[in-house]
Amino acid sequence: MSAGRPVLIVGGSMGGLRTAEALRRSGYTGPVTVIGAELHAPYNRPPLSKDVLSAGVTHEAVAFPARAATADVEWILGSQAVTADLDNRSVSTDDGREYPWSALVIATGLRARRLPFPPIAGRHTVRTLDDAMALRQELSPGTRVVVVGSGFIGCEVGATARKLGCEVTIVSPSAEPMVRPLGGMLAAELRRRHERHGVEFRLGRSVSELLGDSRFEGVLLDNGETVEGDVLVEAIGSECNTGWLADASLDLEDGVLADTALRAVPRNGTARDDVYVVGDIARFPNLMFDEVPRRVEHWNIPTDTGKRAGAVLGAWLANDGSFADIAAKEFAPMPAFWSNQFDVSLQAYGLPGLAGDEDIRILRGELCGDVAVGYYRERRLVGVVGLGFKTELLPFRQEIAG
Amino acid sequence: MIKIEVNMDACQHYGQCVFEAPNLFALNADDKLEYHAEADESERDNVESAVDVCPMQAIRIVE
Repeated sequence: MSAGRPVLIVGGSMGGLRTAEALRRSGYTGPVTVIGAELHAPYNRPPLSKDVLSAGVTHEAVAFPARAATADVEWILGSQAVTADLDNRSVSTDDGREYPWSALVIATGLRARRLPFPPIAGRHTVRTLDDAMALRQELSPGTRVVVVGSGFIGCEVGATARKLGCEVTIVSPSAEPMVRPLGGMLAAELRRRHERHGVEFRLGRSVSELLGDSRFEGVLLDNGETVEGDVLVEAIGSECNTGWLADASLDLEDGVLADTALRAVPRNGTARDDVYVVGDIARFPNLMFDEVPRRVEHWNIPTDTGKRAGAVLGAWLANDGSFADIAAKEFAPMPAFWSNQFDVSLQAYGLPGLAGDEDIRILRGELCGDVAVGYYRERRLVGVVGLGFKTELLPFRQEIAG
Repeated sequence: MIKIEVNMDACQHYGQCVFEAPNLFALNADDKLEYHAEADESERDNVESAVDVCPMQAIRIVE
């Protein structure tokens, strides 16, 4: 261990914050430095596609509460890591600084994927608070909004814009909105509910061209149809912020590979006790389902992985003999996600995306009302999604946990 | 004593807090959240966990 060097957490969002808090909870009192690309202290992202767009709330309203235990953590905000040297234990940033470390936590998360067209005014994404605030400026009653992408973010933005009185068209190559995580049955029902509120869909379609010279005026679809618009929202998924790790000999196949203790696994295969991966970019095995490492972009994952990595790293730094036991503990966090679209309150547990369409069935209620839908893999329940239902989901959550 | 405040305008009754601090939070028969506004200091870790897992970030410890 390198005495006096801080634990360096690269990534100043929820995963980084939860790791810092868990490190302190583990008893580690040494220096902790967090480097964050955004200028804002960590904040909650789900409201970005909802309240931030509809009510224009500020950073203060979405910021995570600061805790006394982490008051002495050093935050370097507005700075981006550009290289990592795992042999000499150092990270460099875009402002030319070098940060030596005793242990490294990789928490750089995702960025919004963009359509491959030239930059013009009126193009938006919703990944950061600044993104959402910029989009809000452009939404008023009658604004024609074209959303490209029909995942959760695209559908939530579409619903919020519609509630603000905008004309909304959602364009997507998928057959139904949110079909990958939810399967065909529930996805079709959610499309019907969106349509009843006046959202239009162009499904099975992709964008061939953006119209407008200096300012967005619409999209040309691959079937030759033109959809005119004033504002474009690109909600076509995300890319992992792993560029700064290119020379670090880690497994960057999809995010950063980690073991069940969240230790980074280099390409040579031996997990490093001094390098951890948390949040959206961590590809780790969840023994609740199987041993396949997966990235999971659900809201609870930065918190669960941050707490786990902080506890394991804290034990390694304490060097008191507790490390092996803590690292070997089973880690099987229950994936959970939520969404609000119009009057629909959706809640989900597990990994419904693991089930094929033939293994999805209604467990409670009716598709047109409150409903709980079960997702099976090899006859085992691996996911449950509820519309409206809350406590009714709990026995199924229990069943998924096994 | 810890004082707990829940913004009931923000709360969507998802019940994640119930898993973390079952002595203090519960969903009633109508799926609505009920909670104790005061807790013993020994519950602090649980309450902080409940704060962490609330997707609406509606729970606050009043210091």
